[in-house]
Amino acid sequence: MANVTQNSAPDTRFELIVNFWLHFRTNKGAVAALFFFLALVFIAVFAAFIAPHSPIEQYRDALLLPPAWTEGGNWSYVLGTDAVGRDILSRLIYGSQISLGIGVIVVSVALVVGVCLGLVAGTFRGWLETAIMRVMDIVLSFPSLLLALVLVAILGPSLLNAMIAIAIIQLPYYVRLTRASVISEMSREYVMAARVSGVGTVRLMFVTVLPNCMAPLIVQAALSFSTAILDAAALGFLGMGAQPPQPEWGTMLAEAREFILNAPWVMTFPGLAILTTVLAINLIGDGLRDALDPKLKRS
Amino acid sequence: MLRLILKKLGLLIPTFIGVTLVAFFSIRQLPGDPILLLAGERGVSPERYQELVERFGYDKSIWLQYLSYLGDLFQGNLGNSFVTKQPVLSEFLTLFPATVELSVCAIIFAVVIGLPAGIIAAVKRGKTLDHSVMTTALVGYSMPIFWWGPLLIILFSGFLGWTPVSGRISLMFWIEPVTGFMLIDTLLADEPGAFASAVSHLILPSIALGTIPLAVIARQTRSAMLEVLDEDYVRTARAKGLSNFRVVGVHALRNALIPVITIIGLQIGVLFAGAILTETIFSWPGIGKWMVDSIFRRDYPVVQGGLLLIAAIVMIVNLIVDLLYGLVNPKIRHTE
Repeated sequence: MANVTQNSAPDTRFELIVNFWLHFRTNKGAVAALFFFLALVFIAVFAAFIAPHSPIEQYRDALLLPPAWTEGGNWSYVLGTDAVGRDILSRLIYGSQISLGIGVIVVSVALVVGVCLGLVAGTFRGWLETAIMRVMDIVLSFPSLLLALVLVAILGPSLLNAMIAIAIIQLPYYVRLTRASVISEMSREYVMAARVSGVGTVRLMFVTVLPNCMAPLIVQAALSFSTAILDAAALGFLGMGAQPPQPEWGTMLAEAREFILNAPWVMTFPGLAILTTVLAINLIGDGLRDALDPKLKRS
Repeated sequence: MLRLILKKLGLLIPTFIGVTLVAFFSIRQLPGDPILLLAGERGVSPERYQELVERFGYDKSIWLQYLSYLGDLFQGNLGNSFVTKQPVLSEFLTLFPATVELSVCAIIFAVVIGLPAGIIAAVKRGKTLDHSVMTTALVGYSMPIFWWGPLLIILFSGFLGWTPVSGRISLMFWIEPVTGFMLIDTLLADEPGAFASAVSHLILPSIALGTIPLAVIARQTRSAMLEVLDEDYVRTARAKGLSNFRVVGVHALRNALIPVITIIGLQIGVLFAGAILTETIFSWPGIGKWMVDSIFRRDYPVVQGGLLLIAAIVMIVNLIVDLLYGLVNPKIRHTE
């Protein structure tokens, strides 16, 4: 009997994925965004081969050069140079590594820690649940960016600390989602059956219940991936995130602020990079939500 | 109803105590000796240092310090700013109207455009108009404010020269702060030129701050309208031969507004996070810029007090939204 279930498991999983893809494919925007995102991942991985220049080398003879297609531009610096003569295109290419890295790390940390806390709260209930949920309420009563700013001020301004701070402010959403789904799953019959057949609590939490709570969590992960990139860039813009000369997009915007009126391109491209990346991820998130979780469907 | 309010307020108390713990202990973790910071570049003699340690109670145990902090708090004493030596609470109250004024204008901008956009998208469901409105909304939703703000400055202040770059009012005017709301104060002072200047200073920051709420409102309105347009009473209204405008604008919209209003109410936290960036970009003298400046100046009492007051405001507004939601929507009954 046990053998049969194990054999049929990969099949259903494969069917699930195919089914998901058939749903996801109908959303053209999401598919286009997915390809954009994959291209971005490619650029980030092979940044060293794609970028025409080093992201931090300062070309003293080419300060604040406009983009190549405008008057005074130079095709050696396609998107122009910044105030200390660094190639903007190369900085943007290397910056994609930082932004995607931020997204991956923040979401993984927040997801893993948040799911564990949510599982504990939803499984054991009682004072443990009250304590966890109260702490999450406290985190939620501060405006996210303000709390992140203060946390970074305490830990010291750096990219790593910015990521820690952003992971902390995203935690409550994962905890709340997981707890709510765990509580509703716990009353289902399959959980009862697992309990009766003597499944231990830890196995019950992670193997029996957790896979059935994944759909909203995956959607949340996609949407908070873009929030993480935006928040990290905002911290960088305020001087509390990645520190110069790191080519982080938000930090690049902060450095360009003085020149917005006489050299607008220095400000334009990093912002465009942030906007398109965040937009693509949000489109993918919308597509995921529609495909995975028809209950959450907003449109 | 009263019991419900009291119960909800009771639930807020442990959260609020948690917030005071965060505000108190996080600020203690900030690097730097507060007394040396307070003394500034002149420095202090060892005797004076000892005296100050005793006066501020830094020699007592951390929990005693926390209790005396709570005691001060309940008397409305949030300490004095290291930089200006002014009480934190009075500084907060002076700057708060600027942030409220900006936020209210941003929300008005967001509602005036977002609500009709959402309605149109719902009515034209699946058509090109729907797709373009929703795509625009998603772009707005993904917009980094700290880029959008400067972009607006480049376009409207630099290129077209229509609006001022920063501040609340032109330096030519001196307006006596009566209410703290520049639009009201300039009207009270009976200076039309100053009022016009205040309005022109408000436009760009309001657009920058209002863009994300606009996108959220448009998306929410559309989905709420779509849900309502399928209801029986809408079909009945159409069957009665009412005009499309009346069916959509009156019968459907009224019922769709409930979730939309809740979303608007819940934007306050988002709005405040946005205000931090918007105020920094436009040099708007409000709470957001005050907090950022204080963090950089290591003005601990201000950071601590500001954090606490802002969290308290967010909590209270969320509570009010929660209660109003139950009041306007009889379908949602709060369970005891």
